[in-house]
Amino acid sequence: MVVLPSGATTGTVIDKVSFAVDAGRTTGLIGESGSGKTMSAMSIVGLLPPGAETAGRVSWRSEELLTAAARRIRQVRGREIGVIFQDPLAALNPIQTIGRQVGEILRRGGKSRQQVRARVLELLERVGIPDPHQRIDVYPHEMSGGMRQRVMIAMALAGEPQLIIADEPTTALDVTTQARILQLLADLREQEDLAMLLVSHDLRVMAHVADDVVVMYAGRVAERGPAREVLEHPRHPYTRALANNVPAVSTKSAIAEPLQGAPANPFDRPTGCAFHPRCPMAQDRCRTEVPVLREVERGRFSACHFATEVAS
Amino acid sequence: MTWRREGGAVSPHVLEIRDLRVAFPGPRRSLRAARTIVQAVAGVDLDIRARETLALVGESGSGKSTVARCVLGLVRPQEGTITYEGRALGPIDKRPAELQRAIQMVFQDPGSSLNPRMTVSAIIREAWNVHPAVAPKGDRRQALAEVLADVGLDAGVAGRRPSALSGGQRQRVSIARALALRPRLLVCDEAVSALDVSVQSQILRLLVDLQRTHDLAILFITHDLAVVRQIADRVAVMKRGELVECTTAEQLFTAPAHPYTRGLLSAAHDLEGTRAEFEHTQEQVS
Repeated sequence: MVVLPSGATTGTVIDKVSFAVDAGRTTGLIGESGSGKTMSAMSIVGLLPPGAETAGRVSWRSEELLTAAARRIRQVRGREIGVIFQDPLAALNPIQTIGRQVGEILRRGGKSRQQVRARVLELLERVGIPDPHQRIDVYPHEMSGGMRQRVMIAMALAGEPQLIIADEPTTALDVTTQARILQLLADLREQEDLAMLLVSHDLRVMAHVADDVVVMYAGRVAERGPAREVLEHPRHPYTRALANNVPAVSTKSAIAEPLQGAPANPFDRPTGCAFHPRCPMAQDRCRTEVPVLREVERGRFSACHFATEVAS
Repeated sequence: MTWRREGGAVSPHVLEIRDLRVAFPGPRRSLRAARTIVQAVAGVDLDIRARETLALVGESGSGKSTVARCVLGLVRPQEGTITYEGRALGPIDKRPAELQRAIQMVFQDPGSSLNPRMTVSAIIREAWNVHPAVAPKGDRRQALAEVLADVGLDAGVAGRRPSALSGGQRQRVSIARALALRPRLLVCDEAVSALDVSVQSQILRLLVDLQRTHDLAILFITHDLAVVRQIADRVAVMKRGELVECTTAEQLFTAPAHPYTRGLLSAAHDLEGTRAEFEHTQEQVS
């Protein structure tokens, strides 16, 4: 649980969210704005806004991180858990060459200059940057968006992490570049046996890179389970609405019957089920009683009172 | 493309773009070298017919937004002409009021395109103050409520500022502001790209409805081909400042002619494929 201050009030922006990420698997956090998907992911590595209060547990290979010392978290972040941000132009240092930035964590490891440079070249090659010898000394602004994102991935890999958290890694990229970066992430996960936590609002991205998905709404888990099953046969009306709203290039579809209203604000969450004001299935019970996330079939969890009645 | 008028008949096109070229100063190769030139738009011909939706698609840097800015008069082309119902369009400050008004823009991010200090009511009244010719003659409050109702907003939002609205509501306000001036052509530059999926459909529906009820032509600029398939009548594809293909949406999605279009579509198809299919797909696009 994460409580954030907002003016005079506080808001529980993450409310009883739990999920697990396993080695060699990609877990996707799906949600719209205000769903808490990014904050859930960033709370793992202690990247929360100032003033945030937390409760609950983040257990990293049986070590408790949520209450760990700041120094330990900094050690974990970068070395054991790599982070890739959405906008590499904002996340990279504009006045340092990319070689310097990728090598930063290696230099702290006490390697010689030649060793660091050789390893950086290896990493740049690993993430598919052509001519790494030419590119190692350029600045972020001299690269395309896709290449910058590859640099971010190389940075995340430099500490030889076991888990990579990728926050909307392809959202700012063109469709052709998007496909390639996703392929790269999928290859890395497989070859390095990484665990990956992918945060995205894009169901198309999730559908083919995630093994498991966690669908979030207003700071709570709406639904959780194997990606394909959840996206093709949703057990929560919100997931169903999201899936219906994704347009396709492969078939000409009418514009879906849109959900009314906007995603709920976690600072001003509706009573009962947070989704009830927009839900076509809402009953009286949904207005008063917060649904508990429960297992509705093997491996499938839904926080809807009427999960068994949600047809796809 | 047919643009020659036959027998003096009036062109069915609302907008005609002929041989549009735009260049921007690019980076210097060294401190002493002269600036390089980036040819953002390199000779584009485009027509928009009355009441149609023409999608202009391309990747970042393709020049699609620059074309839009030329249509709006915000960028001065190096060469070429843009005519609206047969009248040449110059830069925005040289356009007669009725031509300024006839073409309106909806931007990607209403959070930054709407003045944060103004209430919704003030934003729309300002548009009327600039263009008194289309301002309501009688009760402005009543007219304001009607414009808001047109875009699916409650009259109650009139007194609120953009920061108090959701992303979808803000985009409705920018559409209302454009609509208040009774335009013939709406230029939407990535107008739904920044919105949540569940809100995107609301705005797309709204645009399609408004097009019918208000007889609008829409120039829809986007990188999202799936959205294009849902709403476009015709599609123009740009690559590095050039138009590579311009055809009906049906044709483009079922039988794309240009290799670049095929590449874009194949990448988008890949994204829609399941994970298993995706992992077996070789990278086809270069």
